[in-house]
Amino acid sequence: MGISKLSKTDFKKFVDGLLSSGKMVMGVQAQGERFVFDVLKSADDLRLDYDVTILPPKKFLLPQVETLLTYTIPAEYKSQYDNGQMILLGVHPYDMVAINQLDILFSQDEYDTHYMCRRRNMTIVACDVAKPSKNVFAASMGTATVHEGYDVLLTDIGDGYVIETATDKGESLFKGAAGLAKASSGDEAARKAVWDKNKVELNKHPLKCKPSDIPALLEKAYTHPVWEEKARTCFSCGSCNTTCPTCYCFDVQDDVSWDRTTGKRYRTWDGCLLENFATVAGNHNFRKARADRFRHRLYRKGKYVPSKIGGQIACVGCGRCIGACIPDIANPVAIYNRLAEDLK
Amino acid sequence: MCDCCSVEKKKDIYLPEPATINECQMLNGTEMYMHIGLDSGNPLGHMPGQFVEVSVVGIGEAPLTVSSSPTQEGFEIVVRKVGRVSGALHAMKPGDKLGIRGPFGSMYPIDEMKGRNLVFICGGIGLVPQRAFINYVLDNRSDYGEVVILQGTKCYTDRLFCDEIGEWSARDDVTVLETIDLPHEQWSGNVGVVTTLIPKINLDLKTAGILVCGPPIMYKFVLMSLMELEVPMQNVFLNLERRMKCGVGKCGHCQINGLYVCQSGPVYRYSELAGVPEAI
Repeated sequence: MGISKLSKTDFKKFVDGLLSSGKMVMGVQAQGERFVFDVLKSADDLRLDYDVTILPPKKFLLPQVETLLTYTIPAEYKSQYDNGQMILLGVHPYDMVAINQLDILFSQDEYDTHYMCRRRNMTIVACDVAKPSKNVFAASMGTATVHEGYDVLLTDIGDGYVIETATDKGESLFKGAAGLAKASSGDEAARKAVWDKNKVELNKHPLKCKPSDIPALLEKAYTHPVWEEKARTCFSCGSCNTTCPTCYCFDVQDDVSWDRTTGKRYRTWDGCLLENFATVAGNHNFRKARADRFRHRLYRKGKYVPSKIGGQIACVGCGRCIGACIPDIANPVAIYNRLAEDLK
Repeated sequence: MCDCCSVEKKKDIYLPEPATINECQMLNGTEMYMHIGLDSGNPLGHMPGQFVEVSVVGIGEAPLTVSSSPTQEGFEIVVRKVGRVSGALHAMKPGDKLGIRGPFGSMYPIDEMKGRNLVFICGGIGLVPQRAFINYVLDNRSDYGEVVILQGTKCYTDRLFCDEIGEWSARDDVTVLETIDLPHEQWSGNVGVVTTLIPKINLDLKTAGILVCGPPIMYKFVLMSLMELEVPMQNVFLNLERRMKCGVGKCGHCQINGLYVCQSGPVYRYSELAGVPEAI
């Protein structure tokens, strides 16, 4: 494991080499004026200078629709796994932190083989943020930089990339890359400068308390008027859930072939803001009020999930929910700041 | 099994085990009783209060609490016809195949209650999960004190397990008090909601273990009555229902504030739910 440097021209050659070797590479690319993770076909399409992707890279670990089982009627169910290897190219630190959290959640207690299988087959090349998005607040959440979880971390230092290989997978990915040279102390200092800058600049919505204060704050905030006030204009559309890198709730459905001989059981993304998320058969809804669902999301991020993952706040400051929310009520910082102010 | 997990011998938590329906019977107009056996021949391994995820191939999966005591062979569920999976279950017959995952969740306090008097308060199909513990107690009768069963049902025709309730009533070591909400010409017993039976309990409620299961609205009134009688909250156990998909603490549907009902429930001590506003 080590820290090297690759010029931008050599990096492009390296990516082209990966693609021509037939590896499945999901890289960040432009889509109109925005960015997405998608199958990379050419190194020219890779945009490591992106601000934020529309959907987080969780879509490769927990796909929007994922077959868990197949069956033949009336025989037994059979587990389905996708054993394909995948390289994720360009994961920002806040998204890497989110993946690290999902790794804990899907492996603790009951081990989710479907998620973990995808995770093990994935090589993650993270990259430090080169251009802040308009709603990012990762600096407030302590996720502007990341130091674990990735196989490789890239940092754009102007004339090239500093390349830190952190695992055997990462090491073998870059092994033999043409032009790869040991990073100089100047290169490492330049990387540190990027980190220092991002720790300040990735903060378009500054949180006025420490992230670690949030669980205690929420302890006192259950009946605060903010939930009702904000939820008044909520469409219950669930966009805040689907764009969130740490939301992982899912629904499970069965789909049967037209001749009823075979079928599959699949899971799909679900969202706690959606009206019938907690509705049981017989139509009793255990979280019927919009304000209650709105509050639930903020409590999951700030209290419930943290209690399962050693206190880490399950909001990584990507700002996607802020941009996705049409009535503009989803901003977690606005809510946490309001509570911090009111409940001093 | 996937390549990487097979190395570690990890089990697929979503894979149902094949099982066969041994017996089906309608208990009333909407509830169907089923006796099921795992095709492996192994016992389900559940404890009273735990639930299973039942799969109907081609339709889907639904969580159902086991209604039978682990002291008997195979296991039983009772299905109310309310949704897609339950509707499909109602169309099934002995010999048909099901998929079973589980058992999941918490159980009734079978050890803690040893030597104690027990009061079961059941509303409608709330009897179904309670029955697992009631029969467990009756199969280990000398381990437990007095047993009082309160059963409230909305109307006469909805009554469940009438023969079994009759057998319990006939025993001299069990007291059964039954009521129906609406009067009926064939019913000469108590009329009124289940809480009207609470004053008729002839034992010290403050020291008894009290086990409650029924529709959401029932909990509020039962708990109100019990608290008026100064029953300690730690002696009261509630069996809660929630929407469940995975049964293993991942999918998020059953969450009550910070609690996953599929893991820490469905049976909760009432005192554990204090400060959990979404619980009841």
